[in-house]
Amino acid sequence: MEHNTQFAEVTHHHEPSEGTGRIWKTFWILLGITIIELAFGFTMYAFPGMPAWLHLFIKGVICILSLAKAFYIVSIFMHLGDEIRNLIMTIVVPLMLFVWFIGAFLWDGNSYRTMRNRYDKYKEERTLPRHEQAGDTTQHGFGG
Amino acid sequence: MATTATITKNNWWNGGKSPFNVEYGKLMMWYFLMSDTFTFGAFLISYGTIRFSSNYWPNPNVVFNAFPGMGHANLPLAFVSLMTFILIMSSVTMVLAVHSGHHGDKRGVVKWLAWTIVGGFAFLGCQAWEWTHLITGEHAVLVGNQLDVIGQTTHVNPWGQHANVAVVTEALKNTPHDILVKVVGIHNHELPHEQLAKMTDDQLRGMINVAEMHISETGPVAFGGFFYGITGFHGFHVFSGVIINIVMLIMAQQNVFERRGHYLMVEKAGLYWHFVDLVWVFVFLCFYLI
Repeated sequence: MEHNTQFAEVTHHHEPSEGTGRIWKTFWILLGITIIELAFGFTMYAFPGMPAWLHLFIKGVICILSLAKAFYIVSIFMHLGDEIRNLIMTIVVPLMLFVWFIGAFLWDGNSYRTMRNRYDKYKEERTLPRHEQAGDTTQHGFGG
Repeated sequence: MATTATITKNNWWNGGKSPFNVEYGKLMMWYFLMSDTFTFGAFLISYGTIRFSSNYWPNPNVVFNAFPGMGHANLPLAFVSLMTFILIMSSVTMVLAVHSGHHGDKRGVVKWLAWTIVGGFAFLGCQAWEWTHLITGEHAVLVGNQLDVIGQTTHVNPWGQHANVAVVTEALKNTPHDILVKVVGIHNHELPHEQLAKMTDDQLRGMINVAEMHISETGPVAFGGFFYGITGFHGFHVFSGVIINIVMLIMAQQNVFERRGHYLMVEKAGLYWHFVDLVWVFVFLCFYLI
């Protein structure tokens, strides 16, 4: 019983880091990733004739790079990486809901487009990019 | 006694201490940011759903290709890169302010907070320019069976697919005088507007080269609503972040934190500001890159 009173509310103080080296290192990482992302963006712009799968692949790579940026911002700039593991988990675990959230809703959108193209030929004819109309029109690349 | 101390040291859930080892306000700021993540996430996912359900979506490299002072030069993504750089930079100055706070360095806190506020205003200025440019931009577009000159708003999108030349030629015949004057005015900067307005419709039509102009149809209506809604909501966060940082600056200047003995309040403002940068990573991703 008595030992409870010996502990202050906060029992452990974060040791403030001495230098700003880690901050600047993170800055250069973020800047570098952004430049790589832009390079990919320009590649897609400069070569519009690239195959659809490659287009989609580059977009996927850009998404992963953005997640890496998010990790550095949250972990280093927001110091979440320095917090107690339990605290990190109460923030990160609920975010797992996004796995379902993104997957389910993009799937929904894609399914709507596929079905509408199948049953509403007038709409399809008006909206489908011209160069794609010649081939298979139900399962081409995602999202325009 | 020594053994009790070592056992309780790593056991955060024995009672008598804060198991997350952070101050109440900071923990609640984290939970607020988590809920805000879901708000932004829901907005961006609804945008994604609509995009996935569309056969055609405008290419961001074509939509966002202007830079202040560069006229009609085609500079895809250049301006938004600058905005991204400004926001990353202001995140760095914010984390430096928090760092100075850890060391109780008031002058450092004030200096870096001031730079963060400057960065925030610079970003907001850029966004204001971008919105103005998009809304007031004049694009000759095929609307129905005639041409019209429109900007990007929440009810019309000028970046549809390239219209068929024969259809545009036909539409030109149905286009009223004032629109013809505007269409010619987009590309012809030598003749003043009054002089163009005095010309006959046939003279104006003769000045329009349909094959060269690459006139588009209207694009997906949802584009404007999502773009202005989400970047506007983000801009609102930036704005409130700037206000919070200004309050922090004044409080630091007035020695409020020095009297308290800690700069935890600056840390919480910092969390909010970094979150704004974090959201921009995904807004940048969803609207400008992919």
